[in-house]
Amino acid sequence: MLRVENLQIRRGGTIVLADIDLALNPGEVLGVLGPNGAGKSTLLGALCGELRADHGHVWLDQRPLAEWDGARRAQRLAVLPQSSTLDFAFRVEEVVGMGRLPHQTGRQRDDEIVAAALQAADVGHLSGRSYTALSGGERQRVHLARVLAQLWPGEAGQTLLLDEPTSMLDPLHQHTTLQAVRQFADRGAAVLVILHDLNLAARYCDRILLLENGRPHALDTPQQVLRPESLKAVFGLEVLVQPHPERGHPLIIAR
Amino acid sequence: MSTLVKPRSLFIGLGLLCVLATWLSLALGPVSLPLLDTLRAALRMLGLPIAGDGLEQAELILGQIRLPRTLLGLAVGGVLALSGVAMQGLFRNPLADPGLVGVSSGAALGAAVAIVGGSLFGGLPEAIGPYLLSICAFLGGLGVTALVYRLGRRNGQTNVATMLLAGIALTALAGSAVGLFTYLADDATLRTLTFWNLGSLNGASYARLWPLLLVTTVVALWLPRRARALNALLLGESEASHLGINVERLKRELVFCTALGVGAAVAAAGMIGFVGLVVPHLVRLLAGPDHRVLLPASILAGASLLLLADLVARLALAPAELPIGIVTAFIGAPFFLFLLLRGRA
Repeated sequence: MLRVENLQIRRGGTIVLADIDLALNPGEVLGVLGPNGAGKSTLLGALCGELRADHGHVWLDQRPLAEWDGARRAQRLAVLPQSSTLDFAFRVEEVVGMGRLPHQTGRQRDDEIVAAALQAADVGHLSGRSYTALSGGERQRVHLARVLAQLWPGEAGQTLLLDEPTSMLDPLHQHTTLQAVRQFADRGAAVLVILHDLNLAARYCDRILLLENGRPHALDTPQQVLRPESLKAVFGLEVLVQPHPERGHPLIIAR
Repeated sequence: MSTLVKPRSLFIGLGLLCVLATWLSLALGPVSLPLLDTLRAALRMLGLPIAGDGLEQAELILGQIRLPRTLLGLAVGGVLALSGVAMQGLFRNPLADPGLVGVSSGAALGAAVAIVGGSLFGGLPEAIGPYLLSICAFLGGLGVTALVYRLGRRNGQTNVATMLLAGIALTALAGSAVGLFTYLADDATLRTLTFWNLGSLNGASYARLWPLLLVTTVVALWLPRRARALNALLLGESEASHLGINVERLKRELVFCTALGVGAAVAAAGMIGFVGLVVPHLVRLLAGPDHRVLLPASILAGASLLLLADLVARLALAPAELPIGIVTAFIGAPFFLFLLLRGRA
């Protein structure tokens, strides 16, 4: 389990993130919301060990994250960055297969996992294509498949961190992607996902962390966090919140 | 993509090409030997029980001249191509060249110091001159690369963009120092310096061959162990570290292998351009970017192509001999432009 206590991050003198206490529970999808510059990606950077905390600690299970051996950490913690710079003509399944790098499960098992992860991210039909020939949204889904393959099939003790996995996707694939993430969590993995779409967060997240200027404004269920007052305070946005007619989760409508 | 060659066919094809290039390189030259005699003599030298009648001349030429020259060509081509793969992986750019980290310009500076410095002190003794030249070139390459690497480091991390810029600056600096030595040189020294800068497999001797073969073997065994890590590095440095790769160590290994490999190649045969740039590119076009195939295939392709280039150098103006650097640049530069323009289309 990944958790942070009293986390603070400084960048060139300014505090960009402070007072973060967070534990990612097995089987839970935690959404992170906040305006541009609120510290969402900084939080993700600290949680995966890329940014050094200047206060507080990041723990993976019972050990500080920084003390983990690279491959063993990678077997439990996978990270999907906002965008990738890959510019070599790997085939799609080769890119997804890179997710198996930290494991020694053998060629046959790896191939099965890659196929399953391709299906989960709805990119099975791109198998055999060259990565560089794909559109931005297709590339994004291929990288999702890669991080799913890294932790496949997903179980308690594993953590997946996703930075805006739906930013380039069409409406259908925004939903299929988050459904795949949801299923992954249902098998026991903990997921943290940075999102911008309030309604996607309302539908797929168990808890939401609302960030404002690098500090937590709220951390609770979607019903508790996605209220007109909070959204007005953090985003400056006037909204109506109504229950979804069929599913009951909050539905946020800009006024 | 279905247009890619299967790794198995690629290795068979490149293996055959390499054998063929070796055979031709042993047979052809100012005194051309019949192909069959060359084969028989070569097999005899490998210890096979073949009758040696009438092969005395072939064995002499092979043993004294062609075999060391061919081995030198194989090693130089292989290690330059491998270093190219390492640099293109490090910089995550298929158009990166081993020279980017300053190893070639450093080696050129080392050589200039040895050649011109030696002549200022009344000429290097015949016995140690060539070795001193090689050693200075090797150390110059290592030294400048170490400096480039050091300049790219900050807070325990190596920034490859800074390394790239530091490489450009130090290459310019080393170039101006070479220019100064060129200015100081007398006519005979100038000629040595110029020819060294154009590269040649001429005058290969076993004494200069062994260190290079050793380095080539080490690099050729080491880099393929990092093939999957290199694949992951192409995703980006942070992605690679999320996959459990120790990225700082990997970068250090890539720079070190390149400095060692290119340094030794340049020390043994002078400056030979474009092999490290073009060969990995060519192999990628054929077989895709997977380093598990790319690394071993580049060794074979680099070795074969350098031998073929050396054949051109030997035969084009026979009995005179062209510096091989001219041949590789003459073929490599237009090919590079072709790749550049093709990418833009």
